[in-house]
Amino acid sequence: MPLLAEGFAFLLTMSLTSADIQRLAQLSRLSFDPPDNQRMREGLNNFFAIVEQMREVDTSGVMPMAHPIDAMPLETLASHAPSAAHGMALRLRDDVVSEPNHREVNQRSAPAVEQGLFLVPKVIE
Amino acid sequence: MSDLHTLGVAQLSALLQKKDISAVELATRMLARLGGNPHHVFLSVDSEVTLAQAKAADARIAKGDTSPLLGVPIAHKDIFVTTDFPTTAGSRMLEGYRSPFNATVVQRLGDAGMVSLGKLSCDEFAMGSANENVAVPSAHPQAVTNPWDVSRIPGGSSGGSAAAVAACLAPAATGTDTGGSIRQPAAFCGITGIKPTYGRASRYGMVAFASSLDQAGPMARSAQDCALLLSAMCGPDLDRDSTSLDVKAEDFSRDLNQPLKGLRVGVPHEFFGEGLADDVRGPINDALKALQAQGATLVPIALPRTTLSIPVYYIIAPAEASSNLSRFDGVKFGHRAKAFTDLADMYEKTRSEGFGDEVKRRIMIGSYVLSHGYYDAYYLQAQKIRRMIADDFQRAFATCDVIAGPVAPTVAWKLGDKSNDPLANYLADIFTLPASLAGLPGMSIPVGFGEGGMPVGMQLMGNYLQEAKLLNVAHQFQLATDHHLKTPGGAA
Repeated sequence: MPLLAEGFAFLLTMSLTSADIQRLAQLSRLSFDPPDNQRMREGLNNFFAIVEQMREVDTSGVMPMAHPIDAMPLETLASHAPSAAHGMALRLRDDVVSEPNHREVNQRSAPAVEQGLFLVPKVIE
Repeated sequence: MSDLHTLGVAQLSALLQKKDISAVELATRMLARLGGNPHHVFLSVDSEVTLAQAKAADARIAKGDTSPLLGVPIAHKDIFVTTDFPTTAGSRMLEGYRSPFNATVVQRLGDAGMVSLGKLSCDEFAMGSANENVAVPSAHPQAVTNPWDVSRIPGGSSGGSAAAVAACLAPAATGTDTGGSIRQPAAFCGITGIKPTYGRASRYGMVAFASSLDQAGPMARSAQDCALLLSAMCGPDLDRDSTSLDVKAEDFSRDLNQPLKGLRVGVPHEFFGEGLADDVRGPINDALKALQAQGATLVPIALPRTTLSIPVYYIIAPAEASSNLSRFDGVKFGHRAKAFTDLADMYEKTRSEGFGDEVKRRIMIGSYVLSHGYYDAYYLQAQKIRRMIADDFQRAFATCDVIAGPVAPTVAWKLGDKSNDPLANYLADIFTLPASLAGLPGMSIPVGFGEGGMPVGMQLMGNYLQEAKLLNVAHQFQLATDHHLKTPGGAA
C-alpha cells in the first residue's frame, strides 16, 4: 500500500500532518506518543523546507548516482588497478560457503535463544 | 620521558624500536591517564585486554619485528565491532553487545601490532555533528567535551576520537566519515584526520549508517602519523565488502617529502561566502598564503552545487540508514522490549526504546523519501544531483591538483547550542558533504585558532585515490608551521 494515497502528491509542497507521521512511524516500526509525534512533525517539516531548493534543479538526462564507485573515472583508477581497465563495477562474490559455523558465539548477544533457535512471539496460532 | 603521552605515532614507534620503552610500559602509562574518563571520551576500557596486546607486541619487538605501528597505542571509535571490547555504536540498542568478529580495519591495525586502549564515544550510529547524540545509558555524562574548552562540543560523529587525541589520551584513533565525521571533529579539536577515497578501507564490521558514503580513516597528531595509519588500514577486502576497491594497499608515506613547487591548489569561492565566519576565514587565508610561500599556486575554481549538497546528503543518507537500521528488530542481537503483545508490537516497542531522537528522525525521513509516490521526487532527484556534484569535482580537478577550503563555517559551538535544532547541525555540515557525496578523499589539518581560542581546520580534498598527494601537502604544511603541535591546556 502506498504511504499516502496517489492524490496526496500535493503534500510535496505542504506540511506533514500528525496522521502522516503515524503512517511513517508504522512503516518504520516506530511509535510516538502525541508530544513526540508533534516534535517529529515539526522536525520533519523544517527539514523538508530546505529540500525544496533541490526540486527546482533541472536533472533531465542525468543518470542517478547510487554509488561513488560508478562515478570514478576509469583513467584515474587504471594506473592504480589493472582490473579498473574493465570498469569498476560492484562485485558479487562466488556463491560458496566461506564462513565456518559459529552459531553459539553468533547467538551470544541474542535477547532470547533456545536450543540454538532465536525465539520470537508466536506469529501463527 | 614524562611527556610520552604528547608524542605521535612515528615518535613512539622509534622509542619502542630502540627499546627505550616497552609496549607494556607505554600502555600502562596511557591507561593511567584514563582514570575518571576525561572529557567522557571512552565508552569502554579493559586494562587486561590492553596489557595482553602490549605484551604480545613486546614479544614481536624482541624477535626483531620492525613493523612501524608495532606496540603503539590506538583507540577505536565504538562504531567498529571488536571481539575484545563491547560495541555500542553509541546506542542503547547495542548496550552490552559483544561482536563475534573484528572489523577488518581493527583486525588490520591489530595485526600491525597496535595496542587498543578501548572504545571511543560517538554519536548514535554515527548520526550527528556534535557528539551530543550519545545514547548509551551507562555513559555518564553522555556528551563528550572539547579539550580546548569543556563548555563546547568536540564535533561529531567521531567526537570521542578527536577529543581523545587532542587531550593526549591516545596518540591515534580510528574514525568514520559519512558526511564529515572525521574531518569536522578533527578541525574542532585541532588534530589531523583523513577520510580516504570511498572503497579504500573495508566497511566490514563498521556498524552501517549509509553504505554508499561510510568510510573509515585515521585521526592523529600529524599528516605523517595519518599516512602510517592509513597505509595499515586500507587494502582490498574483496570477499567481505562488495564495495571494497580492488586497488592494492599503498604506502601513503611515499610522497610526504615531495616539495610543493608547482602544486595547483583549487580554491572554491562557494566555500568562502558570507556563511563563513571571519575568525575561520582568517586562519584559512593565512594557510593558503603559507602554501603559496612553499611554491603552490592558487587557482579559483567553482563547486556550484555546494549548498545543494545539504538536502541531497540529508535525503540519501537517511534513506540508506532507514534500510540499514531495519536489522535492529530485537531478534538476533541488541535490545528487546520487556513487555509486548505480539511480534509487530515487539518490533515497535524495541525500536522506539532502543533508538534515540536523531536516529528516529533519520529513519522517518528515509521511510518518507523511499515511499511510493515520493521516491522519484526526492530520492531519485537527490541521486541525480549527486552525480552533478561528482561531475563538478571532475571539472575542477582539470585545473588543479588539490582543493582547499574550510572544514566548517565556524569553530566548535557551545554544548547544547544546537542540540534542539537538528537543522542547524545539518547546515553546519555544508563544506564536508560535497566530497562525501562524490566519494573523494578529504582531510582536515589544524591551521590556527579562532573565536574563544578554538582550533580552525583547513580541508584538503583530492581526486579519487590521491590520498598520498593530500598527505604530502599536509605534511609539507606541517613542516613549515606549528599549529598541529599545539595542545590544549591541561593535556600536556
